[in-house]
Amino acid sequence: METVHHDVLVIGGGGAGLRAAIAVAEADPRLTVGVASKVYPMRSHTVSAEGGAAAAIRPEDSLDEHAYDTISGGDWLCDQDAVEVFVQEAPEEMLRLEHWGCPWSRNPDGRIATRPFGGMKLERTWYAADKTGFHLLHTLYQTSLRFPSISFHDEWFVVDLLVDEGRCHGAVAIELASGKIVALIARSVVLCTGGGGRVYPFTTNANIKTGDGMAFAYRAGVPLKDMEFVQYHPTGLPFTGILITEATRGEGGWLVNKGGYRYLQDYDLGTPEPGPVKRSMELGPRDRLSQAFVGEEEKGRTVTTQWGEVVHLDIRHLGEKLIDERLPFVRELCRKYQKIDPVRELIPVRPVVHYMMGGVHTDLDGATPVAGLFAAGEVACVSINGANRLGSNSLTELLVFGARAGKRAVQEAEDAPDRPPDAALTQALDLERQIHGNLLRPAEKGERVATIRDEMQASLEAHAGIYREEEGLTTARDKLRELRDRMAGVTLDDTSLTFNTELLHYLEVRNLLDVAEAVVHSALNREESRGSHQRRDFPERDDDRFLAHSLVRRSSEGEPEVELLPVTITRWEPAERVYGK
Amino acid sequence: MPDTVKLEVFRYRPEGEGAPVYETFEVPYRDEWMVLDALNHIKDHQDGTLSYRWACRMGVCGSCGMTVNGEPVLTCATYLEPFLPGPIRVEPLHGFPVIRDLVGDLEDFVEKLQRVKPWIIREEEKPTSEGEYLQTPEEMDAYKRYSMCINCMLCYAACPIYELEPGFIGPAAIALAQRYNLDSRDEGARERHEVLAEHEGVWSCTFVGECSIVCPKDVDPAGAIQRYKVDATLDFFRSLVTPGRSP
Ligand SMILES: Cc1cc2nc3c(=O)[nH]c(=O)nc-3n(C[C@H](O)[C@H](O)[C@H](O)COP(=O)(O)OP(=O)(O)OC[C@H]3O[C@@H](n4cnc5c(N)ncnc54)[C@H](O)[C@@H]3O)c2cc1C
Ligand code: SF4
Ligand code: FES
Repeated sequence: METVHHDVLVIGGGGAGLRAAIAVAEADPRLTVGVASKVYPMRSHTVSAEGGAAAAIRPEDSLDEHAYDTISGGDWLCDQDAVEVFVQEAPEEMLRLEHWGCPWSRNPDGRIATRPFGGMKLERTWYAADKTGFHLLHTLYQTSLRFPSISFHDEWFVVDLLVDEGRCHGAVAIELASGKIVALIARSVVLCTGGGGRVYPFTTNANIKTGDGMAFAYRAGVPLKDMEFVQYHPTGLPFTGILITEATRGEGGWLVNKGGYRYLQDYDLGTPEPGPVKRSMELGPRDRLSQAFVGEEEKGRTVTTQWGEVVHLDIRHLGEKLIDERLPFVRELCRKYQKIDPVRELIPVRPVVHYMMGGVHTDLDGATPVAGLFAAGEVACVSINGANRLGSNSLTELLVFGARAGKRAVQEAEDAPDRPPDAALTQALDLERQIHGNLLRPAEKGERVATIRDEMQASLEAHAGIYREEEGLTTARDKLRELRDRMAGVTLDDTSLTFNTELLHYLEVRNLLDVAEAVVHSALNREESRGSHQRRDFPERDDDRFLAHSLVRRSSEGEPEVELLPVTITRWEPAERVYGK
Repeated sequence: MPDTVKLEVFRYRPEGEGAPVYETFEVPYRDEWMVLDALNHIKDHQDGTLSYRWACRMGVCGSCGMTVNGEPVLTCATYLEPFLPGPIRVEPLHGFPVIRDLVGDLEDFVEKLQRVKPWIIREEEKPTSEGEYLQTPEEMDAYKRYSMCINCMLCYAACPIYELEPGFIGPAAIALAQRYNLDSRDEGARERHEVLAEHEGVWSCTFVGECSIVCPKDVDPAGAIQRYKVDATLDFFRSLVTPGRSP
């Protein structure tokens, strides 16, 4: 079996992965860095982010204000020491990106411009029109090409980590073009594989967001943290699930029901004003806005369309000029994918799965409990997002914690043993045998992998959505067990080695099932309502029992076990979340 | 509206199958479906062996470029509807070696992109503690358009020169070089000039302009190339590298 050696292996070429790789290259140019990504780095999902990235730079703003908005937005489930590090390092990271060429939108005097965003009391969201993630990712990718110590394994799909006796030694990957299976050996490994929104059927997430890294970690015995917290974004286009960025509301867009009424005023989110008011109405946090949609739906005040129930986002009053200048992508997406022009028409929207607050349990440097294994970006849970992420915090998060994890991985690489143990190589050979020997062997027709995926997604949508209760969650739990068993009977049409995307999808669905299991079990265990996790059977927040993170890990019997880890509080005592006042 | 539509899909598998073939699939027709939705339907329900790339399905990741009825397009942003009643022919992007089915080999582009040094080059970097480099909206407008490239490769597929002269740096890479040359923060025009001024740089282009027509993001690579030729002739870049120009 072929092996490739790097000092540091970064898995994932999105924003977090590229930032980590550059951090390593800058810290010690003698170390070799390999970046393995299942798609070319510039295809990574960071490219889709629209609205912006938060960092306090305006004179009237302060780090404490940013921290407070983040912590209250997260319904007091954020670790406050992590948030403090985050807000403190955010401005410098964002400026560094400016120095690398990111075309941040500017004020007429040439300084960085900022815009309001949901749940933020002040304007602190930096933006590059409404293609922020696109510019951020391409800037990072193009900058990374400058460093000779970084090499790319583009279109290499990582199958699993190589972990032996509590230390990570690398990973096993399939080179897609050839089907070759390669052991990527490294002294330290940084997981930057992004989120797993594809656990659900209706999502803003690209088809590549299958929670692979979360599943690797989970299978390697690393706990996943706060997996029950899944963010629904209130404004997705029906049918496609394409995101209409919160920046539309930051610029002054309104949400109206079928009577043209700005219904958020009925949900304790403030009173309507013509212009945008921060932390109020349309600029409330995403969890509350998505929950308000369900309220309207239940009252029969939503609009029925061929794609189900929707409400309307109205930006007509902003005018063509502002829309073209600040929201050109929104206009492009509405025209292309919904066949409407938001300059003149209402945009139909409904809540859509968008982001996973949970992820691989790490400390402030991205270190996981397994030596030599780090994680950053959406795959990780540090945690700064708590029970509900504020929009525009996650692009910043992947810069801050991508850089920190990269730097920490450098130290680790210097201390790590020279050779991986034989046990790690044996694991790699086992995986090769599983894939080439079992999965790619022609077999009598069994089930299709798409069937398993579709049933899993439907079950999570029905039972682990915006509102949950015990009965539904146990149904989902049983369904997942059944699907896991049925995976054994799935066969592939495609037994070819060359660019076998069906094999890839099989492996992705296996990962999704693990992630789904973690979501459902954590949700069952949390008998309270907090942020994006709303239990109809436990409608109140319960700080006595649950001011704590859920850590789910797989026991030696293969069953998930959930335990609680207290939240770190530094300066902000838990209080009620108040918006619109 | 019909209930179904036929797709004739280019199939090629290097392992043992010999020459490429076109295979016909019949899929349900839906008004709101893009060509990519039809391919996904085939893959999920009819033939799991069909291979192609896609990710964002919102026209921004650049992975889903294919040739549809002879035109290079993003399949996630191209409705089935204008091609009715069909059949619709789907092929990989022209001009690239085919790895399998609808998947082309893009390594050549990645290598060329790196050669034009698509990053900010400066004599001296100022520390972040001194804040941002000032750049007015007008200064940004000078390069903004060229920064919109999603690397989808439609322009290479459309370019008759790239097909004949594979060494040609090509539309997107040149547009991206210009994106940095025209950025008020950059001082690297001279370094890039070494690559762009070679025969295989801008001078290969005979200004056919197909690249700008097919570009889904209005980058206008043909304009970038043309502008570079004019500037190079006027020795514009000598003035660009005089010290002290940028804030
Ligand atoms: C539509 C949309 C809009 C958004 N807008 C905003 C916004 O305005 N502001 C904000 O702050 N946040 C926004 N977000 C959230 C934010 O974009 C993401 O959380 C963030 O980009 C994740 O970055 P990442 O680097 O962690 O992961 P990604 O960018 O998803 O990258 C993951 C990488 O891992 C690789 N990978 C995954 N699995 C494997 C494997 N098995 N083998 C090899 N490689 C693998 C992929 O190829 C990819 O390179 C938005 C999200 C969406 C979906
Ligand atoms: S210039 Fe246009 S067509 Fe060419 S790669 Fe860039 S976005 Fe695609
Ligand atoms: S799938 Fe991303 S551009 Fe089409």
